[in-house]
Amino acid sequence: MKHTLKVSTPTDREIVLTRVFDAPRPLVWSAMTKPELLKRWLFGPDGWTMTVCDDEVRVGGKFHYAWSGPGGEAMSLRGVYREVAPPERVVRTESFEFGCDTQAGEQLARLVLTEEADKTYLTLTVLYPSREARDGTLASGMEHGVGAGYDRLDAILAAME
Amino acid sequence: MVDNLAGTDIVNQMVNNLSPTLDRVFHALAHPARRRMLSHLRDGERNLTELAAPLRMSFPAASKHVRVLEQARLVRRRVVGRTHLCRIEGQPLAQANQWLENYRKVWEANFQRLDELLNELKAQEKRPRTSQGDRR
Repeated sequence: MKHTLKVSTPTDREIVLTRVFDAPRPLVWSAMTKPELLKRWLFGPDGWTMTVCDDEVRVGGKFHYAWSGPGGEAMSLRGVYREVAPPERVVRTESFEFGCDTQAGEQLARLVLTEEADKTYLTLTVLYPSREARDGTLASGMEHGVGAGYDRLDAILAAME
Repeated sequence: MVDNLAGTDIVNQMVNNLSPTLDRVFHALAHPARRRMLSHLRDGERNLTELAAPLRMSFPAASKHVRVLEQARLVRRRVVGRTHLCRIEGQPLAQANQWLENYRKVWEANFQRLDELLNELKAQEKRPRTSQGDRR
């Protein structure tokens, strides 16, 4: 059974991702918090790979991820853990760097995992410092664009209900 | 977690080029009443009273929400006599949707790799133990 990812924008400053995984929660937690496992799936757009994954998953702990793109582009993400409650919940600050540019203002990411009947339900809420920062993140995906049209209306509205 | 997935130039360019319209589109979509209205309008043109009724809203309150949708160019309103007829407009929504869809695709690719990894981890857990040392 294939699960679909839903992306919604419930407020002006948030993006929310929801997804189901066919695995018990402790496994999903491990895959999302252990560097050796994170490195195997958290890539980015086609052609990007994760090159650095330092993760101190405890309150006050820091993390630093870095990726490199097919043309040698560099991107990194750093932040500090605010809440860590295995295997259910993580809240952390996040800040992107692209080359020498640093994102204006931190975002706050809240990951919640719940388990039901051997499935894990993921909700990732990212709160941006401003609406512009949020829209900028969404716009950055346009590079990898494929035409989407009016026929997608149902999906977008359903995802936002 | 990771969600900003393009290089500096692209991001800057996109942020600088953010059309005020798109900004308004996301703002308009951020309210559940307005999403219900859009949903309702997918079935065709409706007057303001018809839009207000399922939301248990007054005419002026509904009119205010429709104005936000109009400003985002998601809805066009025409007034015939005393009736305000509203119609959905697809273009800005399609553009906003394209952003969401592209963003979703990047994450979906990540999560599909995560699915595979989880399957592998599950298989490892099920494997009968021959000795403790064999398990990772």
